[in-house]
Amino acid sequence: MTPNQFSQPVYNYKVVHQFALATVFWGIIGMAVGVLIAAQLAWPVLNFDTPWLSYGRLRPLHTNGVIFAFGGSALMACSLFIVQRTCGARLISDRLASFVFWGWQTIIVLAVITLPMGMTTSKEYAELEWPISILIAVVWVAYAILFFGTIMKRQQKHIYVANWFFSAFIITVAILHIVNNLAIPVTFTKSYSIYAGTVDAMVQWWWGHNAVGFFLTAGFLGIMYYFVPKQAGRPIYSYRLSVVHFWALIAIYVWAGPHHLHYSALPDWTQNLGMAMSLILLAPSWGGMINGIMTLSGAWDKLRTDPILKFLVVSLSFYGMSTFEGPMLSIKSVNALSHMTDWTVGHVHAGALGWVAMISIGATYHLIPLLYGRKPGEMFSIKLIDLHFWLATVGTVLYIVSMWVNGMMQGLMWRAVNDDGTLTYSFIETVIASYPGYVVRFIGGGIFLSGMLVMAWNIWKTWQITREEIASGRLTQQEALA
Amino acid sequence: MDINDFRTLSTVLVFLAILGVAWWAYGPSRKQYFDDAAQLPFQDDNTAPARAKTNTHKENRHE
Repeated sequence: MTPNQFSQPVYNYKVVHQFALATVFWGIIGMAVGVLIAAQLAWPVLNFDTPWLSYGRLRPLHTNGVIFAFGGSALMACSLFIVQRTCGARLISDRLASFVFWGWQTIIVLAVITLPMGMTTSKEYAELEWPISILIAVVWVAYAILFFGTIMKRQQKHIYVANWFFSAFIITVAILHIVNNLAIPVTFTKSYSIYAGTVDAMVQWWWGHNAVGFFLTAGFLGIMYYFVPKQAGRPIYSYRLSVVHFWALIAIYVWAGPHHLHYSALPDWTQNLGMAMSLILLAPSWGGMINGIMTLSGAWDKLRTDPILKFLVVSLSFYGMSTFEGPMLSIKSVNALSHMTDWTVGHVHAGALGWVAMISIGATYHLIPLLYGRKPGEMFSIKLIDLHFWLATVGTVLYIVSMWVNGMMQGLMWRAVNDDGTLTYSFIETVIASYPGYVVRFIGGGIFLSGMLVMAWNIWKTWQITREEIASGRLTQQEALA
Repeated sequence: MDINDFRTLSTVLVFLAILGVAWWAYGPSRKQYFDDAAQLPFQDDNTAPARAKTNTHKENRHE
């Protein structure tokens, strides 16, 4: 394996470009819905007494929008880009690539229609009803064929570690999705799970936590293992650590689901197993984080000048923070305080905004100039990327801190008892006490969303100047193939 | 021999598998192989590996 050994095939950048733009578009939509429901919690009048605008129906729209539409599009854009570039092979089929893109967009649009109408399985992160679930399985298998078919065409023996993470993500999500969504359809829009009671809960959180572990972690680690070295201009700190990281992470994550069901009807041994496995998860998680951050060792000064690299590295810091917080929250005695409080919501968003969104944003800023045939990092405005970085960071911090304060306060108020054993606070008193935190969360979310609008503007201007350069002959149409 | 023996056995097997992966990854004879693998993101990029090296030297001089 000597450098520059690839004969350079013409890659399929069209589907990468489509998914990259979809990432920004669905990011704005999904986060805007998030800001709206955050406002609803602070000011309930914003539910407008309209069922399809109410919190209960919009909340799954927000989660599906940011996880599967925004995150999913980012994962597909990056995985289909990385698999081509590290295998030196074009995607096996352009038509299959188009099918995956338009199939995935159709699923999202169906979610946008059905969830506000109140059609739901009521399974968290798996709310979509059975016809849409089947469509997801079909599109996912097509995506798997596209990805693995391209790996089989690779020009050399070794499969780069990013592709290992994408492989685990694609295979495991397929299994989880199909098993968790097994259901008996009653009508075209209503089905009931084949599982009942505690088993249903366990299958649901086996899916739910692995949506975190494989969709929101393994997939985005694949993005990290390619874009951090590329943006830093140096290979990953330790490739051998990445091998251990991969196998340890995927071997342990699948067992962590029961920590969502502490103190429930789930057998104690299963709860304890989930807790123990969640604690062990700290090791591979931090191994991966350290591997990513140490890639910059000797090049730290780049952080001063390169906001794209800042996005990637700060996302790793948030990843390290939330993967420390997660094992801590999975300890049963800590969970007794934190469960059902806003602390959980804050923890999720440390991962979702700090890790998933920031690394997706960094990767998209890396991709867009390349897709337009420009030099790396040649966006319309680097200053606007820097502005976006600070909006995203400040927004995330406001969100997390307000939810920490709210969560601990709620947990402590709920458990406070008087000398005679009665509860010190009624539930509504804890809701009223949460109001300032809800307002700060709304502000933080709004700031994060405004950063996404800055990004959309920056991409639009980049596309405009690219077109002008094509017209004036600086770039040829072929270079700007996207 | 009941089901708990199989559970114990599977735990031990997974533990041994992880040790095996660590041994495989850190075996001295495979160092060059993994070092080459780490260069894969730069392989289809004519300028990147060279640029990465020059940058390092320049930065070291700055420091």
